[in-house]
Amino acid sequence: MGLSKTFSESDVSIHSTFASRYVRDSAAKHQMPENSTPKEVAYQMINDELMLDGKPRLNLASFVTTWMEPECDKLIMESMNKNYVDMDEYPVTTELQNRCVNMIAHLFNAPLEDSEAAVGVGTVGSSEAIMLAGLAFKRKWQNKRKAEGKPYDKPNIVTGANVQVCWEKFARYFEVELKEVKVREGYYVMDPVKAVEMVDENTICVAAILGSTYNGEFEDVKLLNDLLLQKNNETGWDTAIHVDAASGGFIAPFLYPELEWDFRLPLVKSINVSGHKYGLVYAGIGWIVWRGKDDLPEDLIFHIDYLGADQPTFTLNFSKGSSQIIAQYYQLIRLGFEGYRNIMENCHKNAMVLKDGLDKTGRFDILSKDVGVPVVAFSLKDRSRHDEFEVSELLRRFGWIVPAYTMPADAKHVSLLRVVIREDFSRTLAERLVIDITKVLQELDRLPAKNGGEVKNGKKSEDEIKRDIATHWKKIVMAKKTRIISCS
Amino acid sequence: MVLSKTSSESDVSVHSTFASRYVRTSLPRFKMAEQSIPKEAAFQIINDELMLDGNPRLNLASFVTTWMEPECDKLIMSSINKNYVDMDEYPVTTELQNRCVNIIAHLFNAPLGESEAAVGVGTVGSSEAIMLAGLAFKRKWQNKMKAQGKPFDKPNIVTGANVQVCWEKFARYFEVELKEVKLTQDYYVMDPDKAVEMVDENTICVAAILGSTLNGEFEDVKRLNDLLVQKNNETGWDTPIHVDAASGGFIAPFLYPELEWDFRLPLVKSINVSGHKYGLVYAGIGWVIWRSKDDLPEELIFHINYLGADQPTFTLNFSKGSSQVIAQYYQLIRLGHEGYTNVMENCKENMLVLKDGLEKTGQFNIISKDDGVPLVAFSLKDNSKHNEFEVSDLLRRYGWIVPAYTMPPDAQHVTVLRVVIREDFSRTLAERLVCDIKKVLHELDSLPSKIVAKVEEEGEKNGSVIVVKKSALETQREITTIWRKFVMDKKKTNGVC
Repeated sequence: MGLSKTFSESDVSIHSTFASRYVRDSAAKHQMPENSTPKEVAYQMINDELMLDGKPRLNLASFVTTWMEPECDKLIMESMNKNYVDMDEYPVTTELQNRCVNMIAHLFNAPLEDSEAAVGVGTVGSSEAIMLAGLAFKRKWQNKRKAEGKPYDKPNIVTGANVQVCWEKFARYFEVELKEVKVREGYYVMDPVKAVEMVDENTICVAAILGSTYNGEFEDVKLLNDLLLQKNNETGWDTAIHVDAASGGFIAPFLYPELEWDFRLPLVKSINVSGHKYGLVYAGIGWIVWRGKDDLPEDLIFHIDYLGADQPTFTLNFSKGSSQIIAQYYQLIRLGFEGYRNIMENCHKNAMVLKDGLDKTGRFDILSKDVGVPVVAFSLKDRSRHDEFEVSELLRRFGWIVPAYTMPADAKHVSLLRVVIREDFSRTLAERLVIDITKVLQELDRLPAKNGGEVKNGKKSEDEIKRDIATHWKKIVMAKKTRIISCS
Repeated sequence: MVLSKTSSESDVSVHSTFASRYVRTSLPRFKMAEQSIPKEAAFQIINDELMLDGNPRLNLASFVTTWMEPECDKLIMSSINKNYVDMDEYPVTTELQNRCVNIIAHLFNAPLGESEAAVGVGTVGSSEAIMLAGLAFKRKWQNKMKAQGKPFDKPNIVTGANVQVCWEKFARYFEVELKEVKLTQDYYVMDPDKAVEMVDENTICVAAILGSTLNGEFEDVKRLNDLLVQKNNETGWDTPIHVDAASGGFIAPFLYPELEWDFRLPLVKSINVSGHKYGLVYAGIGWVIWRSKDDLPEELIFHINYLGADQPTFTLNFSKGSSQVIAQYYQLIRLGHEGYTNVMENCKENMLVLKDGLEKTGQFNIISKDDGVPLVAFSLKDNSKHNEFEVSDLLRRYGWIVPAYTMPPDAQHVTVLRVVIREDFSRTLAERLVCDIKKVLHELDSLPSKIVAKVEEEGEKNGSVIVVKKSALETQREITTIWRKFVMDKKKTNGVC
């Protein structure tokens, strides 16, 4: 077509993205650009910048699922434009949620008849689930106190100091006091004995964790239940238990079915689990299940009709995508009991491979238990010259993201590294990680120690000298590496 | 490879899904099945059941985006496995969120320097955004009252009765009293004068809506601001305004740039907008912007390190997908100012086409205004024989989902139908909808009227005519069913031809 066009006209439709003028403009950071951009260019610019994000599958910090089967990806994409909250318009999607709630409730041994509908709801994650559970406990407790004519302005909740931040958020945003049982070196979860001691008449519930974020350990919910039953009998208070099974809820039923932690224990009134952790779905789905209708006060549930028909809603979020709910149902029926069990067994075995590999180096203490969430939490035996944060940084160079962090109060002096074994972390990767960690240790041995103490007057120039040496050595090591790469 | 296999083995890998035994078993509804099933079977069975859901693009009840460009779908799918909250692992994604916050804050005329970072955050939707904004107001007010030595146990918030349910949720869950300004017939939004009257020293903020859910109208935020400034001067209270711009926030800056409703008004301290409404992104993204750091109490922000590095977090949700944040940034740079303006102008044009078409039938009153969110809210001029719920039901048969609902107090006697014009609702579809609505009216005219109400009245008067009532009702139902069948059969014949 030999029509004469101005430069900008032919630019848009003919030039390939990297030939066009668009790649010479800086991306918009503060103001919306005045003009539109061709869609191929917009796609390319964003895609390219995102290359610099970490690789989700090598992110060993996270429990959250990073791989699903292509068939499920197809289902996800097709339901991307369905707003879950339109229950009247998407009745099948709503029913899939209800089926998931039923199945998960049965997994947790909720006291239900064969075809009885469970009480529960899908959420965006365990944070929302926990806030809903906490709200239900708070309201129930307030109603009880009002009926007794007692003050109800100072509710509190008893947990371990190892709780995930969403409990602290719940406490702060909903004005409930958080009474934390401190951990100690060698015992990094909530001690049931101490927890029950802290319970008073203003306690709305005790929260136990099945799968502590820090080291994957399961708390002893049975012991907590038994001690609390005793205290309830003595005091006449009706203090209940909530189990935060964000990670453990999809592990314990398959690997440790005899472990009593769920609704089999009479004081457990609600349980939350993350669908996007070992429920094996991408980020954005959690579940909360209550024991029975009585445990969810009716006045917390809203009934609206302005989308055209009556729909009950008890969630913090309203509009949200439907994809993850459909994906959760896919996983539940695709895998079934045997599928989930196989995956969890594989994770457990690969965690043992990693643990043994680390043990054999002789340089690490293993802080995680064999029983629990498949994570390996480990710290350096000798922290005098280098610490876990350096190991973490050097591992990044190999592509691995392995976080280092400190334990909560009162074990803040303990720092550790943690690798989470997800479904898609095969034995091959576990063995490769051990090799790379060994390489990192060798590098660190060659580097001078990190001088992390206070800087006294005389010490300053020593510091500088040490830093120079370290930089010099680092340069040599890096140069060696580069030469190897360019040779191949 | 002719190895001998047992029957069940060949079933899994050889048989096509619909030849296999999996389509003969009922799907689990209450308990997990013991065994796995092949992934193709799982996909097919779920996909097939979902065919019975409504078609999202014909769902005219919703403001939420139902179509995006394929390039954006590509970006969405490739980031589906990124957990947004891992800020340290995904720094670019985190930065894209920050850029969106900056861009949206500037769109709302936040008082910022050229390269100053705005105060705001991406949320899962306007519900979360509103709860965060409300929390900030509540905490600020509590701190103020504590400092003054006054009681701080009875906070309240003033809104119109037309508020979306998330405000009621906020009020109930966070223990704030909701003081609603009642609506009146023909005035279906919050009256600024009445609102300011209701403000007292326990009011944490007044919430105005830019784009009422019920009829798309913009509330007069400027008037509210001016009256409230006056009252603040007289009383010494510092009552601020929050603007719920869930729908209107991505419309007003493009269609009505001179309309002063945002941070140009001094009392507006925070604004929320839904990225998934006219931000043109799929469900699952909202934004809340504060005027400045002072409006967001530091004590509400958490700093955690157990994913490996310090990250500040002030949201209710923690783990969530990254796709919608990336999609929002795509739209902001892909469309730019001109693109959004074009889309909104198209929506408005098509809204007017629909409105004119409905007016021409002579059977409807139009309740929505021309200015505001592009939707058409309409009610029957004469609903003595049939009502809007029946129109809505019959329209479903054509595939359209058009909801009917009643207004909130004190206008509950008013019923409306509402059609939301989204980006992907072209003029062709608008004309088709008018056609189908005319057909529905025609059908209704040929059906006997719903006279249940009249019969009930008589029944009550006589006191003992339960039996009579029942049979009248039954007869009515029989007649209706016969007519419906007649009409349906007629349709079928036409269809085949």
